[in-house]
Amino acid sequence: MKPLLLSHFTATSCIGRGLQQTLEALRQGRHALKPCDFETVDLPTYIGEVEGVDEVKLAATMTDYHCRNNRLAQLGLEQDSFNNAVNIAVEKYGSARVGVFIGTSTSGILETEIAFRHRDAITGSLPADFIYSKTQNTYSVADFVRQYFQLTGPSVVVSSACSSSAKVFSVARRMIESGLVDAAVVGGVDTLCLTTLYGFNALGLLSPQACRPYDATRDGISIGEAAAFALLERPSANLEKNAVLLLGVGESNDAYHMSSPHPEGLGARMAMQQALKSAGLSPAEIDYINLHGTATPSNDAAEAKAVTSVFGHNTPCNSSKGATGHTLGAAGAVEAVICALALQHAFIPGGLNTKEVDPALDLNYQLKSLNQPLARVMSNSFGFGGTNCSLIFGLAGPYESHCQQESVVDQ
Amino acid sequence: MTSQLTAYIDGIGLIGPGLNDWVSSYAILTGQQAYQSIKTIIPTPALLPAAERRRASDMVKLTLATSMQAISAAKLEVASLPSVFSFSNGDGINCHTICEMLASDDRQISPTRFHNSVHNATAGYWSIATGAMPTSSVLCAFDASFGAGLLDAITQVVVDDTPCILMASDTPYPEPMFSKRPIPDNCGIALVLAPQASVNTIAQIKLSITHANAYQFNDAGLEALRLAIPAARGLPLLQAIAQKKMQTVVLDYLDNTRLAIEVTLC
Repeated sequence: MKPLLLSHFTATSCIGRGLQQTLEALRQGRHALKPCDFETVDLPTYIGEVEGVDEVKLAATMTDYHCRNNRLAQLGLEQDSFNNAVNIAVEKYGSARVGVFIGTSTSGILETEIAFRHRDAITGSLPADFIYSKTQNTYSVADFVRQYFQLTGPSVVVSSACSSSAKVFSVARRMIESGLVDAAVVGGVDTLCLTTLYGFNALGLLSPQACRPYDATRDGISIGEAAAFALLERPSANLEKNAVLLLGVGESNDAYHMSSPHPEGLGARMAMQQALKSAGLSPAEIDYINLHGTATPSNDAAEAKAVTSVFGHNTPCNSSKGATGHTLGAAGAVEAVICALALQHAFIPGGLNTKEVDPALDLNYQLKSLNQPLARVMSNSFGFGGTNCSLIFGLAGPYESHCQQESVVDQ
Repeated sequence: MTSQLTAYIDGIGLIGPGLNDWVSSYAILTGQQAYQSIKTIIPTPALLPAAERRRASDMVKLTLATSMQAISAAKLEVASLPSVFSFSNGDGINCHTICEMLASDDRQISPTRFHNSVHNATAGYWSIATGAMPTSSVLCAFDASFGAGLLDAITQVVVDDTPCILMASDTPYPEPMFSKRPIPDNCGIALVLAPQASVNTIAQIKLSITHANAYQFNDAGLEALRLAIPAARGLPLLQAIAQKKMQTVVLDYLDNTRLAIEVTLC
């Protein structure tokens, strides 16, 4: 693929609002998972809640969009001057030439869950102030972002469970390369709700403690929430050496089972191989893998087999979900931002909460944060329905010298 | 800069109210036969294993049925076919049941209900049924979902030089959601798109973004269907193909951003 520049990016999750707090938490190995006290939920599990979401005020013209997901989206957009960066891109390219491609799994379903408690006793109807299209509908968050920036170009939500906001990078790649847009706001926003908490509980996949990816005694996920965004543009000729590029994308389906991964990680392997191929890289050229690493027994086992089959046992890797929790439809974008921070600040974040790495998963799993220059990293995102996406990010400096070496070899 | 993206349509699937399949809908779309809005008939999906068939929603069955019409016409190997699923909402009955349970004293929803609640449940069942392991985009753009799906599918064809199947489907919510989102019936369109013409090619399309007005049917029944169900926003394209003459048709997309499609029969 033709590389794309992440000209700006930001993330807001339970470990911090914006890049500075996120970076500090990652460097210090600080997670923010806590016993679940969300809404009326009564489950023995941990959550990664973003503080202050309910206090976010939407603009007077946007109040129809009122729901936790869109409030978190706005909170996320307003960190790190990300909104200013988008506005500058809109001035440069025009409002019709900046696309919006956002991943979410549950959108504003919490509004509907609450509305169902307030049905009319006689007619059964939902409250008059419940606005389906602007809150619950899966498209709501992309619509919100598009209206927030007053854009008029293409826009869509990708909703493929936990791969959603990794796959938006691929949608944006195609839209930019086809010439339909010049820039894209990509991202992922997912918020805590009863459907996912009680749903994962029904599947027996919620850990009663802070999740421990790849641990020998891992016992499930901790659900988190987050908003993370990146502005994608075609790279200019003179990039700063520490600019972050999207270098490769791989996507696949397991075609195996609705809620269990392929036991050998076949689809995951295909996604990783395809990402390497689209970036023109060999496995040895990846310096770190940010694993999907949900901390369910089956996900981590299948992913470890897939990673081993592509990379062998030595590539440093771990999961960020011990820090942020599993932010579901936002996980791909959050972890893309974590990869970008790792590249720019030359470190591998620690794999939190895990005490003893499962000896059956024979990977170079990094428990501690490690200062180390990284040129190229991979991020994995897999989801229900057997959907898989792997992304490769790299620094512009090493990418340019890699291209020069390749052209010397070609000659 | 205006981009025009070219692809070839190799297969079409259609199921909706009064529209049982693509071939039998020809006469209706060309005006030779009057359109009558009769409740949508969704065929039983032979392709699904028995266990999955029992758990499959109308959305899954509808999408499998339209996709099989399109794939058999295109004579393609489905296992190697990338796919785009575009739905204006997920399985409405399942969503209703979960919200009802979560509002009750007993919130213990079933595992099957939960995994069927994800927007990509249909894509999961479809890939299990067909064995297709290439990428699936699973999209939503509310009323613009057909156009959004078509854009993603055609960019796969153009940028990645691959055939691709678009499946746009919609199913109704029960009350009380129905009053908030009144989709009256099931409707789905599937299109197999390819980067080059082949012996199976039906039409060439050239797509660009426009602000021109969207095509409206003269027939009041078809126009009501087009407006009522997001997947049916693609029907004018199917009519243009059925009419077998070169023309440009404008489809609704987002607000006043629409899709102009030059149709040339092959």
